[in-house]
Amino acid sequence: MSSPDPAVLARLREIVGAENVLTSPEDTIPYGFDGTAALKGPVGVVVHPGSTQEISEVVKLAAARGLAIVTRGSGTGLSGGSVPSTGCIVLCLTRLDKILSVDAANLTVRAQCGVITAAIDAAANKHGLFYPPDPGSMKISTIGGNVAENSGGLRGLKYGVTRDYVMGLEVVLPDGRIAHFGNACVKDVAGYSMKDLFIGSEGTLGIITEVLLKVLPRPAARRTMLASYDRMEDAAQTVSDIIAAKIIPCTLEFLDRMTIGCVEDYAKIGLPRDCEALLLMETDGHPAAVAEEAEQMLALARARGARDVRVARDDAEALQLASARRSAFSALARVRPTTILEDVTVPRDKLAEMVAFVAEVAKKHNLLVGTFGHMGDGNLHPTFLTDERNTEEMARVHEALEDIVTKTLALGGTITGEHGVGLAKKAWLRRQVGENSHDLMREIKRAWDPQNLLNPGKIFD
Amino acid sequence: MKPSLKLLDYSILQQCMHCGMCLPACPTYVATNKERHSPRGRISLMRAVADDELKLSPAFADEMSYCLGCLACQTACPAGVDYSNLLETARAEVQSAGLNQTFTSRFWRAVTIRGLFMRPRLLRFVGRMLWLYQRLGLQTAFRKIGLTKLLPQDLRRLEPQCPTVATKFSPQLIRPVETPTNKQHRVALLTGCVQDLVFADINRDTADVLLANGCEVHTPPVQPCCGSLHAHNGEADAAKTLAKRMIDLFPPSQFDAIITNSGGCGNHLRHYSALLADDSVYAPLAKLWDSKLRDIHEWMMEHGCRAPRTGLGDLTVTYHDSCHLTHGQKVTKQPRDLLKLIPGLKLVELPEANWCCGSAGIYNITQPEQSEQLLVRKIGHVIGTGASVLATANPGCHLQIARGLRQAGSPISLLQPVTLLARAYRAEKMTESMTA
Repeated sequence: MSSPDPAVLARLREIVGAENVLTSPEDTIPYGFDGTAALKGPVGVVVHPGSTQEISEVVKLAAARGLAIVTRGSGTGLSGGSVPSTGCIVLCLTRLDKILSVDAANLTVRAQCGVITAAIDAAANKHGLFYPPDPGSMKISTIGGNVAENSGGLRGLKYGVTRDYVMGLEVVLPDGRIAHFGNACVKDVAGYSMKDLFIGSEGTLGIITEVLLKVLPRPAARRTMLASYDRMEDAAQTVSDIIAAKIIPCTLEFLDRMTIGCVEDYAKIGLPRDCEALLLMETDGHPAAVAEEAEQMLALARARGARDVRVARDDAEALQLASARRSAFSALARVRPTTILEDVTVPRDKLAEMVAFVAEVAKKHNLLVGTFGHMGDGNLHPTFLTDERNTEEMARVHEALEDIVTKTLALGGTITGEHGVGLAKKAWLRRQVGENSHDLMREIKRAWDPQNLLNPGKIFD
Repeated sequence: MKPSLKLLDYSILQQCMHCGMCLPACPTYVATNKERHSPRGRISLMRAVADDELKLSPAFADEMSYCLGCLACQTACPAGVDYSNLLETARAEVQSAGLNQTFTSRFWRAVTIRGLFMRPRLLRFVGRMLWLYQRLGLQTAFRKIGLTKLLPQDLRRLEPQCPTVATKFSPQLIRPVETPTNKQHRVALLTGCVQDLVFADINRDTADVLLANGCEVHTPPVQPCCGSLHAHNGEADAAKTLAKRMIDLFPPSQFDAIITNSGGCGNHLRHYSALLADDSVYAPLAKLWDSKLRDIHEWMMEHGCRAPRTGLGDLTVTYHDSCHLTHGQKVTKQPRDLLKLIPGLKLVELPEANWCCGSAGIYNITQPEQSEQLLVRKIGHVIGTGASVLATANPGCHLQIARGLRQAGSPISLLQPVTLLARAYRAEKMTESMTA
């Protein structure tokens, strides 16, 4: 864990203040990882800047010295995107945590990159507004990290993902210049849509320091329902039936038996442990429409053989169910020491086939798997429960992942629906996007950041 | 064998998948935004020690001491990481490595943890002396003429925080055995250390509530410390000795329940089986002990606590969760339900009710700055509720928050749920004897 040379440290302290430069192992070791299992990197120095200007100065210093920068927010990423690389400066942006404005006339929120995702929605809520993207870690993830990873969440089917809400960005470029892209106009076709290049760029093209987000009027009503099934296919078929009935619910989440058990162990809210699939459904909007849609969804679930169907009594219970679902990934970690989470996504009508395939693969390689995810948008999270210290078992996990990726691509899917490529999925990116597209991405990165300073080694080598 | 992170079952460390769900629940992370002050950050340091990537250092010791041990992270953790076990092991290792020990810290540890809290009679004697000092007006006099300035610096800082010692201790208030007319259960009542010296009246209230609900109450006059203070501060051997003394004094097979009314003690008391797992004689007894151990609110609600027929007038009450009662023992609903039994009592929810008040055992002594910040945050919320009474169920929280309310000049009174219930039963008796 080589610390940068003293002159660099001295300059960093000058820029951000000595108390915001961390170098002792006790201070830096906790920045060696993000939320991704079994990945960690060496940390020499962690810098906590307090403003865009300071970030720009840090980047200029790094560029002059040829030092890499790995940016992070709260470090909850799930593809190793903010795992540090050797000799880098870890740039932690949690101090930039101000909501700058909520504009009810233009339906926008302007915020610094370190604002917690849930705080954006809470601020919008005070004005009767709504920020829909709700990644599992929204209580701690930062909005800058969400934009950099183009995070999804439970409401993707109806409301889309983070990209659909970004109207403008302030970005520090690899040479330290500060650039602004986009604005509060709904219509804007002036030049390339540069903001879109940064959304989901995983910290490789620039450092996002401020965001201008679109918000919506808050839905007046919401209803949450839970259906349990003896067969996963029936749950998947219910989802197809709902869509075919021209209903677009905001949430259609599923949990398999293994995941249900783990979530119930944690949340203790009375989920049925003996069913094969649970479907969490939510519809929101005008009260009359919500009431009608909820009735239809319940009827469709029953018609497909749901064993039990229930409606959340009140907001508190609805929140409890959604929170339980959000805890699924971490709750699965109860079973074995290491939890390898995947994020493959297939066209919606192929989801049941994919879930069945995952179960087969686990059986074939003699592995424990829990699968949950977003049935409404085809995004599933097969999660292998294993032990990173068991090399033989880990080898089988990797074989299983290969099988899953191959099948996903054969079904016209993607290796990652919402977690990003980072380190965890870069081996498969070329296979998915093809040679020309992969080359073009790398050419853009090279042209933009010729010294390869920003988050090197992520997405591709 | 000394506890150490290296000898600890590695899967306990691995259980943490560093997802970050604990971060927003951790008071020290929220206050500082630094990963090392978060649960997953501390676990990563512990793992680095276990993996030989980090040496035990004063900074590591500092970090383990900076943790409140409030266990809010355990409530937040979907993966079920046993943080309490990790923290106690790390602290014990720091302790046996002799890190961060100054002459004074060693002296005070010897006097308090290894001395007073191992000897209940001596502790009461010192308590009585302190009472005399306070009662005879010496405290006020010493403060006035500045004599307290002669105290060593550590004591000088703590002197104003010193709680007022009770006039009567538990044995003077509670007979060794008290039997109700409608006896249904036989229970043991643990009187605690701080609880006994400062809040013996709350022990009396607890006994009254039990008696009013058909429990025969056994309260031996001299009881050992439960050992939680020792376990939380890296003194595992002393904790084991005390646990055995406790089991000897209260053979678990003789009681339907062993009752504690202190959140912090309770969380330690109900884990004797883990503490004594390696002891062939005591392990089975400890297992039985754990199954009998109940927090007072838990026990009352489990057996259909009787609602008093008379209330205490119109009373707006809010409730603060003691960390170890809520995050450790997971007793959150019962104290609230118990309060709601009292006619005329309106319970309003306290924002951040389960956020640590900064008392955290001896944290307010070891980390005064952070402790004070948490106290100020807590008091702001309490005053904001508009309640006239704050109820809480742990002596540490009680002392800390009462001090905060005094500092803020607030008229809100601080009572424990059992006290309110006991008063309602007394009011009921009074009303009914007057009308009879």
